[in-house]
Amino acid sequence: MSNVTMKVNGKPVSGDVEGRTLLVDFLRGPLGLTGTHVGCDTSQCGACVVHVNGEAVKACAMFALEAEGAEVRTIEGMAEADGSLGTIQAAFQEHHGLQCGFCTPGMVMSAAALLKDNPKPSEAEIREYLEGNICRCTGYHNIVKAILAASGQDVPAIAAE
Amino acid sequence: MYAFELERPKTLDAAKAALAGDEAQALGGGQTLIPTLKARLASPAKLVSLAAVEGMSGVKAEGDQLVIGGATTHAIVAAEAALTYPGLADLASHIGDPAVRNRGTIGGSLANNDPSACYPAAVLASGATIVTDRRQIAADAFFDGMFTTVLDEGEIITEVRFPVPQAGAYAKFVQPASRFALTGVFVARFSEGVRVAVTGASEEGVFRWTEAETALSGNFAPEAVDGLSVSPDGMIGDLHGTPAYRANLVKVMTKRAVAAAS
Ligand SMILES: Cc1cc2nc3c(=O)[nH]c(=O)nc-3n(C[C@H](O)[C@H](O)[C@H](O)COP(=O)(O)OP(=O)(O)OC[C@H]3O[C@@H](n4cnc5c(N)ncnc54)[C@H](O)[C@@H]3O)c2cc1C
Ligand code: FES
Ligand code: FES
Repeated sequence: MSNVTMKVNGKPVSGDVEGRTLLVDFLRGPLGLTGTHVGCDTSQCGACVVHVNGEAVKACAMFALEAEGAEVRTIEGMAEADGSLGTIQAAFQEHHGLQCGFCTPGMVMSAAALLKDNPKPSEAEIREYLEGNICRCTGYHNIVKAILAASGQDVPAIAAE
Repeated sequence: MYAFELERPKTLDAAKAALAGDEAQALGGGQTLIPTLKARLASPAKLVSLAAVEGMSGVKAEGDQLVIGGATTHAIVAAEAALTYPGLADLASHIGDPAVRNRGTIGGSLANNDPSACYPAAVLASGATIVTDRRQIAADAFFDGMFTTVLDEGEIITEVRFPVPQAGAYAKFVQPASRFALTGVFVARFSEGVRVAVTGASEEGVFRWTEAETALSGNFAPEAVDGLSVSPDGMIGDLHGTPAYRANLVKVMTKRAVAAAS
């Protein structure tokens, strides 16, 4: 066991972990932050995406010890200070960007990473950026609409093909 | 995963010392190694993360070469090589997805030598040099068949030195489920001639298509390879494509890469 210390959603945290403890297991276990989901555990689905030092990473494909000293942000850190939904979360609600909601934490974290680098992405750029986030329910159109809306752009009628 | 110790050395000397023991293995971005550990296909006693090793990450120009640290992520190459070697930056910017690019490294990709990985094509087509903690290895001598390289146990890729071509581009036919190359071709045009490297197609891993190199050195245009054909012998056949399909893709992707480079 080794001790690891990091900041999660602005709060300093520490705990004892094994070398093999994944970041996602540290977040969901000892920290109780179960908003970050494990969909596949094989690096394919993106349900576990969190930000480490501002960058989107798959928390199922990084060890907790590798986040020593890092600033980690999870879906729990996306709400406003008063507990109301953040801009991207509210847009997902408004535009029906979720159904079962399993992929949603990863989708929202990926969307936030995209908008940080590219505040007004095109529809094609959004779809390309979400390459590593799989949703089995929505068919993606409403997720794309939600992200366009969250970036303050007009939401075109994207029809199901 | 079986249990192991995880070390995060800060210097190359400390990393070498940590890797000297039996059953120690380097950890790059973990994008290949962590899934491998989860599947219990590897059981190191110790992992040595290279992420914190000083001087092993970054992109710099040295004379007419572009030098990339062995622990540099795909995202950093995509951003920082964009002006000096746009074809290489473009390749890096299309590996996997953004989260994979934020963790996966050039050293990990080359050491792994997946037969469908992208970087091996760039390294071989550019005639790059792989620098390790103990020697320099020419790209032509580095790859040794699927998932195999000439690296010794515990040898660390510290940097990769790319000669920058006059024109160079990568064309990848994406396997949509894995996002690796179903077949990918990198062409690089130097004053001495053109080099063409193919990934994703051969059972031997990345290879140079020498007939196309000769044809393109005479005329750097897509139609220069029209008269050539690639034999399906030794090509990968799986549920995504037959050997004949891949053999055809080699030519198609070569033409697309040349069109993109010219
Ligand atoms: C969803 C997904 C999609 C992907 N898509 C693509 C794609 O389109 N194209 C592509 O090319 N790749 C793709 N990859 C693979 C990705 O690029 C990996 O990052 C890369 O193959 C391995 O790099 P790594 O730094 O993660 O290495 P690791 O997984 O940490 O290590 C891989 C191997 O290399 C060794 N190693 C690591 N660093 C070094 C070093 N500096 N010196 C010596 N040995 C070292 C390790 O011991 C291990 O054996 C994808 C991966 C995933 C999960
Ligand atoms: S749970 Fe991490 S990518 Fe699916
Ligand atoms: S809403 Fe169900 S997986 Fe995306």
